[in-house]
Amino acid sequence: MRLTGTDLTAERGGKILFSGLNFSLVSGNLLTVTGPNGAGKSTLLRIIAGLHKPIIGSIQIEEAGAVLPRAMFCHYLSEKNAMKPMLPVGENLRFWGRWLRARDYDPHQVLEAVEMAHSIHLPYGILSTGQKRRVALARLLIAWRPLWILDEPTAGLDNAACSLFTIIMKRHIYSSGMIIAATHLPLGLSATLNITLQENRI
Amino acid sequence: MKELFLRDIRVAFSSGNNLVTNLMFFLAVIITTPLGIGPMSDVLSHISAGIVWIAALLTVLLGLDQLFQTDREEGSLDVMVMGTDLLALALIVFVKCLAHWAGTILPLIIASPFFALLLNMEWAAVGATVISLLLGTPAITFIGAVGAALTITLPRVGVMLSVIVLPLVIPVLIFGVSAVYTLTTGTLTPITPLLFLLALTLFFSVLGPTAAATTFKYMSE
Repeated sequence: MRLTGTDLTAERGGKILFSGLNFSLVSGNLLTVTGPNGAGKSTLLRIIAGLHKPIIGSIQIEEAGAVLPRAMFCHYLSEKNAMKPMLPVGENLRFWGRWLRARDYDPHQVLEAVEMAHSIHLPYGILSTGQKRRVALARLLIAWRPLWILDEPTAGLDNAACSLFTIIMKRHIYSSGMIIAATHLPLGLSATLNITLQENRI
Repeated sequence: MKELFLRDIRVAFSSGNNLVTNLMFFLAVIITTPLGIGPMSDVLSHISAGIVWIAALLTVLLGLDQLFQTDREEGSLDVMVMGTDLLALALIVFVKCLAHWAGTILPLIIASPFFALLLNMEWAAVGATVISLLLGTPAITFIGAVGAALTITLPRVGVMLSVIVLPLVIPVLIFGVSAVYTLTTGTLTPITPLLFLLALTLFFSVLGPTAAATTFKYMSE
């Protein structure tokens, strides 16, 4: 599986964020996107996830010459956690499992991977910020998707959870997954490729 | 899609949601209108179907901004929209509308016969009102989906959403109320306005979700 970004130019609010961006990664690669606030990291991730259209350029995910549909091959985790606060944690994960048509894992197993199994019956809304993020990361495990698009995945996590997530990412990379992460914090594993976006003041 | 419907229903009936508040508001409108009209029970029973319909309409409008807003704020809308084409997106909107209708409007309709008693309504008129609400209110939700999609990025959209949606639901209101009048006055058969209501609901069940899905697609471009 190969992901190629060709000649990407993006704008937000009438301002060009970056232009002429090219990159390409294959299974087992980790791409980190760094840069100051407002440089367009989240916009780049949204473009890769197909939620924002670049002015010029395109993203292509392909395997053996066939173009792959995003919905079946991507996990997108933004700074928001995509969980309903009034529903129990297990209920939330079960919903995403069904939505993503995953039959391999149940909520209890993926919650154990992020050490949150005790919270399975608690409403999501009463968890702390870091616990919420852990549960949101558990969503990545509930269905196998080769490409993970992560926006500040470790924001709000404590050290223990960060190293836990490093292991999860390593395991994903080794099982020929692909990760694209925008981050300010070191992720604990070395990136194959790094894109540093500059702040464009024009 | 079934799991989305069930999740939204569960959210609608979970604690901390507006189900009881909506019912109280519905009741409040029904109670205050007769007080504003004065003590004329024949006038009241003549306009009672209109009052119930207006009360239902206002209550529905109040809750419409929640249709996509909460999903967007939590980020689940992005995850669901990612990689879908227009048709699949329209289906998502359609299912969300159905769940919203079943979770917020259906309880109002079930409660409306009890509230209608406060308006000196005849039993036949109560029955006709319930049937007309059942057939007509889904159309309001489908029209509202377009307004909710258009205003999704704006903060505190309540009033603007009502301004967008109200003119479009006038036909639904007209046929809804006339279904009850034709029955109580016995001039015409109530079947005709009821069929019109059903036609409106079916028409907007296609147009509303498609238009809302187009809005979402356009927004991401």
